[in-house]
Amino acid sequence: MSEQKKAYEHVIRERWCKGCNICVAFCPKQVLTLRNGKVFAERPDQCIGCRLCELRCPDFAIEVRERGSGEGESRDASNVDYEIKPEAHHD
Amino acid sequence: MSDILKYFRQNRLPHIWCPGCGHGTVTGALVRAVGKLKLDKNKVVVVSGIGCSSRAPGYLDFDTLHTAHGRALAFATGIKLSRPELKVIVMTGDGDCTAIGGNHFIHAARRNIDITTIVMNNNIYGMTSGQYSPMTPKGMLGTTAPYGNVERSFDLAKLAVAAGATYVGRGTAYHAVLLEDLIEKALLNKGFSVVEAVTQCPTYLGRKNKIGTAVDMLNWFKESAVNVKAAAALPPERLAGKFLIGELHNQPEPEFTAEYAALVSQVRRKYDNFQGEVRECGQNSD
Repeated sequence: MSEQKKAYEHVIRERWCKGCNICVAFCPKQVLTLRNGKVFAERPDQCIGCRLCELRCPDFAIEVRERGSGEGESRDASNVDYEIKPEAHHD
Repeated sequence: MSDILKYFRQNRLPHIWCPGCGHGTVTGALVRAVGKLKLDKNKVVVVSGIGCSSRAPGYLDFDTLHTAHGRALAFATGIKLSRPELKVIVMTGDGDCTAIGGNHFIHAARRNIDITTIVMNNNIYGMTSGQYSPMTPKGMLGTTAPYGNVERSFDLAKLAVAAGATYVGRGTAYHAVLLEDLIEKALLNKGFSVVEAVTQCPTYLGRKNKIGTAVDMLNWFKESAVNVKAAAALPPERLAGKFLIGELHNQPEPEFTAEYAALVSQVRRKYDNFQGEVRECGQNSD
């Protein structure tokens, strides 16, 4: 019996992605694609976890993670809109 | 990746570089190498000059310095001499390092001061709209070379070796794993280390020369780069028009700040043990 195949998931920081296509073009398993100018993991089941997309991404916008690694949500600031001043949330 | 995000000033991202620019890949490789070595971010100083590449320290959460054009190594030398315990990294571009800062580069290499220099070589002046630089290959187009560049380009690795650098490596944005490895070894080297990172400039070099998108430029690196280990077995005619990547030179030599500290303690010992006659103040002519 071969050991169970590892599954991977992709953390994508859409605000940082510029849609340069590098990760899509050099993915050995064609897991990724561009959707509305941003990277999107279309076939995550095919991913072999080589992390070439993560290493070559010039915008630090993609990350490959083992599924069930228990890391939870990525704690990065890519979803924070720094153009909105913190005072704007005050009533 | 999420464990190295702590080295970024995340509120500055996304960065200013064009879509497909390789400078981000090199910055990522540096941060990964720093993360692998588990360096304290308060003990690392990143210095840069002027240019696209020199925007990189603005996104890194180390102590950073953005200095005058070509003078990154001069500022870095000052930092390293006054605080030898700090890890000093210089991020510079091909124009910044080989044209405007050429003299600083060869003399920093000659002194063998413990600075890691990462030269992001995109073969062109990207920030000022694509003038040809000393690293533009012969025959390539630029805005100041509309009929092709007639000048020969520098081989930066050979220049660095000849000037006295003790660690010289070359990687590309395509060979990201190798690049990270080279930067890690350069950071560990005690002495002047140079890593030339060949990156793509799809906006100017790619567009002017009709190479295509960032992906086509990366394929160009893939085809024209030969690892130095593989090159040893290849006949010279198969290396025409190609460039070598990998660890090109690694020869430790005495380091400048250590030598300087030794000299200082030697001189201090000499004067502390001074047993000669003490001059009277009255002997002074004034």
